[in-house]
Formats: sequence, structure tokens, C-alpha cells
Amino acid sequence: MADETQQRQSSSGGGPNPGGRGGDGRGPRREGAGPGGGGREGGRKYFRRKKVCKFCVEKIDAVDYKDTPLLRQFVAESGKIVPRRLTGVCTPHQRRLTTAIKQARNIALLPFSGRH
Amino acid sequence: MQRTYEVMFIVRPDMPEEEQERLITTLESNVTNSGGTVKNLERMGKRRMAYVVRKFQDGLYILMTLEGPGAMVHELERRLRVTEPVIKFITVRVDEEQKRLAKIKAIREARAKRPAAPAPEAGAPAEAPAATA
Repeated sequence: MADETQQRQSSSGGGPNPGGRGGDGRGPRREGAGPGGGGREGGRKYFRRKKVCKFCVEKIDAVDYKDTPLLRQFVAESGKIVPRRLTGVCTPHQRRLTTAIKQARNIALLPFSGRH
Repeated sequence: MQRTYEVMFIVRPDMPEEEQERLITTLESNVTNSGGTVKNLERMGKRRMAYVVRKFQDGLYILMTLEGPGAMVHELERRLRVTEPVIKFITVRVDEEQKRLAKIKAIREARAKRPAAPAPEAGAPAEAPAATA
């Protein structure tokens, strides 16, 4: 979970973060929301950038299992595949991405889990 | 039924050069004997693997692009499995994907060509104010 949130922050370019900090004045009141809802709280106070699918934008058609640098961007530190809602990848591309990551894991290009 | 496959396999890193060559040639002959052709062979060199396989941290990656029937792959995989220095392999069928990519490319090119006429028109008004300004 911690990894995923981290990934999210880096992928969204720190956009929502300053906003989140900006809402500090009212922050304490919302603390009850829990640590999990970090991105959600104060949702209307800052502008959240619309996430776009990297593959659609950069017109990457082939998601190849050999392209480790690309696949690594969609794998969390723990080795998990980062969900679509965090990366903004569209459904068709996420499907291909998932297959590619699993193939890469099989041939030891990507880890199944963080460190062995 | 001719199909295109990519076979990637890892051999143990301490394998002597000449034995690698011997292994590759035997695999190639194996492919041609079962009615396939080796389109491309790429030695990707020694790489660090993402996890330990048979107590090896590194591996020599070799990628073969093949064309041929499914029986060829079957035979090749069996051969890889019994070859002791090969520590891992994966076979991926790529012809469907290539077909899909070719289709996307064709569509994209057609689209690039067709709006070639409207595009300058769209560009022209944008340019015109810039020129006057």
C-alpha cells in the first residue's frame, strides 16, 4: 500500500501534493479520515490533474515483455503491478501491460516480489 | 500452419563460449528439422536476473525468432527442458500481435494522409492572424 501511494505521487508529478499541503489549515479536522484516504481528503480544495494513458499519449502500440525500463514504470517497488486508477492507463493498454509484466516476470526480467 | 514465435532462454553464466555456440547450432538444426526457420538470433549477453534461479544470480540471455508450426515449438521446448545448462525459457507467439500492429500502423497512416487536405486549412487561419499580427 505504501509503495502504491508512493508511485502515485511520483507519477502525478507532485501535482495534488502541494494542494494537499495547502489545505493544512483545515487538515486536522479531517484527520479522522484515516491515513488511507490521503489523496482523497480535501478533494475539492485543489485541482487534480486529469490522468492520461501513457501508451495512448505517446502512441506506444507494442507493449513488449523485453522492454523492462518501460514495464518498470508500472511496477511498484514491491513488485506489484500498479493499478489503473493510480497510473491512469486505459483498460486495453493495462490488459496488455499486465500480460507483458507477467511474461517478463517469468523470464526473470522483473521480480515477482521486491527482493529475494 | 506457419506461425511466428519468440523463444527467449537463459543459459548458465559460467558456460564456455564454444559450448554456447554448440548449443545454439544444435537448437537451430532442431528447428529446421521440424519444419521451421530461424528468422533471427540475438545474444543479449549476460544480465542480472530479477531473482535467483537455480542459485544463479546472472544469466546469459538468448532470443530466437522462429517461424514454423506448433510442433516445432513443442519439440524445441522439450529439448530446452532436458538441456541442463538452460535454466529458464519462455515462448511467446508474436504473429497475432504483429498483425495487430501492422493494422494500427496502416490505419494511422491512412488517417495521416486523409486529413492532409483539411489540416492545412485548419492551420491556415491559425497562421493568418499570426502573420497579420
